Amino acid sequence: MSAAAFLIISVLMLAGALAAACLRKLVHAALCLVVAFVGLAGFFFLLGAEFVGLVQVFVYVGAVAVLIVFTILLTRREDEDAVGFNWGGVLVAIVVFAGLLWTILNTASLSVAAPAMEALTVKRIGEVLMTSYVWPLQCVGLLLTAALIGALVLVMEEKQ
Amino acid sequence: MSGSVDQIFLSLKQWLLSFLSNAPEWVQMAASSLINIAGVLGVFMTLFALISVLERKILGRIQNRYGPNRVGPFGLLQPLADGIKLLIKEDIVPIRADKVVHFLAPILMAAPAILALGVIPYGRNMTAFSIDGGILFFFAVGSATELAVFMAGWGSNNKFSMLGAMRAIAQMVSYELPLIITVLPVVMIVGSLSPDTIVDAQAGYAQGFIPRWFVLTPWGAAAFLLFFVSGLVESNRTPFDVPEGESEIVAGHMTEYSGFKYAIFFLAEYFGMFAVSGLAVTLFLGGWHAPLPWLEFVPSYVWFFTKLGALLFVFVWIRGTLPRMRVDHVMNFAWKFMMPMAFTCILAAAVWHYQAHGWAGWLWSLGILLAVYLALSRFLRTGKNLAARTYRFAE
Repeated sequence: MSAAAFLIISVLMLAGALAAACLRKLVHAALCLVVAFVGLAGFFFLLGAEFVGLVQVFVYVGAVAVLIVFTILLTRREDEDAVGFNWGGVLVAIVVFAGLLWTILNTASLSVAAPAMEALTVKRIGEVLMTSYVWPLQCVGLLLTAALIGALVLVMEEKQ
Repeated sequence: MSGSVDQIFLSLKQWLLSFLSNAPEWVQMAASSLINIAGVLGVFMTLFALISVLERKILGRIQNRYGPNRVGPFGLLQPLADGIKLLIKEDIVPIRADKVVHFLAPILMAAPAILALGVIPYGRNMTAFSIDGGILFFFAVGSATELAVFMAGWGSNNKFSMLGAMRAIAQMVSYELPLIITVLPVVMIVGSLSPDTIVDAQAGYAQGFIPRWFVLTPWGAAAFLLFFVSGLVESNRTPFDVPEGESEIVAGHMTEYSGFKYAIFFLAEYFGMFAVSGLAVTLFLGGWHAPLPWLEFVPSYVWFFTKLGALLFVFVWIRGTLPRMRVDHVMNFAWKFMMPMAFTCILAAAVWHYQAHGWAGWLWSLGILLAVYLALSRFLRTGKNLAARTYRFAE
């Protein structure tokens, strides 16, 4: 059952990612990237990480995808005839893939059975965030607030 | 006796599943899920048909005219006629449109609304899709709607569609924040993201007859009002229907849709409305709990759908009463009023919680809310030239 689900999700996700890389229209590519995001969320669900999967959908489909789509919309025109085949990109992709492959093959822990873990509930995540990781959380909050204010300052009209 | 009536739909499902008792386990699981899906879809399709005719009837009543009254008794078969009309209409796709995106947009619009209906508890033990993070699931699938609106606007290749989509996304992104932040006090007090647990937390009666619904606390009442207004915006209903303001931009992102695709947009709007109202009932109005202890013999799902119906009536009532807001007013309202008030609700709920849910906490949280409300209303007035409007007429 879960093997079949894994297969379906991975095919869908890979197809989405491939289409995102290959399609000529940027908006189509962005929409296909969303399929890959949803596939990733499906993997999280399959692994029992419900909260992470939901946040994946929430943040990536709800926010990041809209951001990408709007960026494309507001910056590009006539995107069809913009780019030819980019050999530099292929080189970067090959190098990154080779690096990942090398790391995975040289990691010993893959053959070690994972230690038994308690079920990751939303409540547990909240407790950990509010106790052990409260300072990182505060720092992220400060950073995001600064970014928000910065964005506001950038777009605010100059009042004469 | 009341128990068996209360659980009649569950018994029905058990009876249907008993035919499959020899089948392998995954078939039974799939069948159980399919029955749940069929149940939710069947109920809400019927409700959609009913509300579409009732809305026109109520609007007619408000505007001092008859509503639809030709098809069937009291015009009740009107949705059937509408459905047939929309089915046999020509499906027009603009020649310059992006065909695939144009086709997928209505589907992607309706799917999240239907999915979101799955996590709401409709009665005792009657949640179609019961997961730990149900509230998060509701908002996660709901956030896909923005993408669907964009696809509709962009795929149509029409400036009115694109402008409407931009407006819709801007207002949905803005109001998603107060919508989610007003849910936080409830989640904080209950300590769970599961709708079932939230409904359980509102069981029982204070003093023997006052229900422990969150709407009856000061922070709950404020959060409920803010949530309801944000819900109005999220489902693009009047007075916040600027994305489809017909006097300005034809029909917004739905301009280039006709026939059954348009009907699906219409359906998605109503399903979104049901989902938001259902969540409001679950979070603030005690879900399927009866309002008074001696009314508990009435089955739980009757209470849920009574409350849902009341909220839907308010939706229609507001549509019949208020004119459309201007687009910049809508955005200002979100950021300058809704957001601070939503944060205040969190604070008020925290104070209420640490005063042991008693009278002192009740008064304190009311005081905080009132203070912030008054401060906001004074602060937001300053700097505006609210002089008497001068009219110039042709002479």
